[in-house]
Amino acid sequence: MHVVSFTRSTPDTAAKVWVDEEGKVTWGDVATVVNPWDEYSLEETIVQAKGSAGEATVIAIGPDIHDDALKHSIAMGITKALRIDEPNADIRDSLVWSALAAGAIKKLGDVELVIFGKESVDVATDQHSYQLARRLGWTMLSYVSNIVALDADARTIRVEQMLEQGKRVLSARLPAVISVMKGINEPRYPNFLGIRKAAKAQIPVWSAADLGIALPVAATAILAYHNPPVRDVATEIITGKDSAEKAAILAERLFEEKVL
Amino acid sequence: MSVYVWIETYSGRANPSSWEALAAAGALAENLGSDVTALVFGENAREIATEAGHFGATNAYICKDEVVNEYRLEAYTQLMTDLVKQQQPAFVLAVASSRGRELLASSAVDTESGLIADATELRLDKGKIIAIRPAYAGKVSMEMTSNSMTTYITVRGRAFQAPPKDANATVSVAELQTALTMKDISVAAETFTDSAEDVNLTEAAIIISGGRGMANNPQEVPSEEDAADPNVWKAKEGFENTLRPLAAVLGAAVGASRAAVDAGYIPYEHQVGQTGKVVNPDLYIACGISGAIQHQAGMRGSKIIVAINKDAEAPIFKLARYGIVGDLYDVVPELTAALRRKLGS
Repeated sequence: MHVVSFTRSTPDTAAKVWVDEEGKVTWGDVATVVNPWDEYSLEETIVQAKGSAGEATVIAIGPDIHDDALKHSIAMGITKALRIDEPNADIRDSLVWSALAAGAIKKLGDVELVIFGKESVDVATDQHSYQLARRLGWTMLSYVSNIVALDADARTIRVEQMLEQGKRVLSARLPAVISVMKGINEPRYPNFLGIRKAAKAQIPVWSAADLGIALPVAATAILAYHNPPVRDVATEIITGKDSAEKAAILAERLFEEKVL
Repeated sequence: MSVYVWIETYSGRANPSSWEALAAAGALAENLGSDVTALVFGENAREIATEAGHFGATNAYICKDEVVNEYRLEAYTQLMTDLVKQQQPAFVLAVASSRGRELLASSAVDTESGLIADATELRLDKGKIIAIRPAYAGKVSMEMTSNSMTTYITVRGRAFQAPPKDANATVSVAELQTALTMKDISVAAETFTDSAEDVNLTEAAIIISGGRGMANNPQEVPSEEDAADPNVWKAKEGFENTLRPLAAVLGAAVGASRAAVDAGYIPYEHQVGQTGKVVNPDLYIACGISGAIQHQAGMRGSKIIVAINKDAEAPIFKLARYGIVGDLYDVVPELTAALRRKLGS
């Protein structure tokens, strides 16, 4: 079964990210990493493709900064990577992004399962997975914490879904798009062989014309980025003769703050 | 050009966070000289529509067909999409819960409409929507607009204040039918296990979180316990018998750092941070949490942060309004007792 994962490069999670004088988002010269949630989706893609004796493909949409995430994916064990780059497309709008993604899945032709990480930490949203599923007319299974069963012959999938209210077991027919949570697996670290393979990998780049799609009009626009207001950091370290006294003072303060 | 709000329901009851979305919608509707319409699908739809009226909806569309009796993404999306295509509301809002996010994103693509996810502020500038939403794990914020006929917006939980309840307010209800039947549904729900938690982290007004320091529990591991890893036993015991009593006194939810989750001290559903939940309670009490930047990504939106940590140099103190340098196992039980006395519980 052909399993596909989408990924992107995002700033290292420990990086300081800020808006510079020109209004651009920057993280200095800190390296990017594969979007942290995608470590789980990439691992799951490798496992499920292998389990069904199929192919594992990773796709990134956007400029070549995302090649780093694609190479990391190959180093983990994904067999094929490709990038969609369309200079005329405003991929910051998810209608446009999902149209390109759907075009890529259709061009690949034999894909039965698409796996996303729960969200992208840079754009801080998960809307891309739902919109891709809808564009393809496929079943969407979100917040998956476990793939209970995947039957490539019967073309069925059973998953455990993790919601605010609890866990639910869902079954559906393939093809499907799923988004996965942390805890679904233990993502592997790339080994030496994988890293060598990734270094040598040639990543094909497809345009909208290659996909044979007409681009939709972007409905949203980003007007500006802002640095958040500096947090009031007037910390009061509570002192007292013992823990009981400190705790009593803290309780008093919390009442004064009217947060209880 | 009404402003629509999807009211999230669960087991025949409204998710009270939906009232926050009604507040956000009310402000937009007022600016447009329009009104707020609640969309309520499923069990007890009529009763919940009445309740939505108490929180600012003047109209409601309800649907009680079998196929929407419980939440099903395909059916709910189709119903919302058909309604939006027909009525072309200016906005469709919902709270940015798991289901709110997937439902609005799905219907937005059906109608080729703009989607703004997880908004924390909304305003209209000469009829144009301006939204503020977090990006890069809350390290920066993004100002967005949308130019489609209808714009879909999910609002972050607790970013907007629910309107005061007016039990005399009435709502005008219209009932919808969907063209879908159970045969059109491709996903079958088999079992459901309710969360053991009383308070949902993302909706909690108060959160008590534990980190790596939970392993410093002075309790001895009982001899009958398999002490393969005494730290795990100690930390679990600490979450149960030290943090939970404090949470119970305050009606708070229990959170955790990634370090605590990865060490097996507490299940993943409690994780706050970059690969866990993003929370913004009124009060966040961090116990034995150093405050790594990835943890901060999940909780920096909290109104008042309290840090209890043995290490006076822990980065969490830089975020905290109040700090106690000390062992959480000494401080937390005293804090629980002090609050219990004050709250008389």
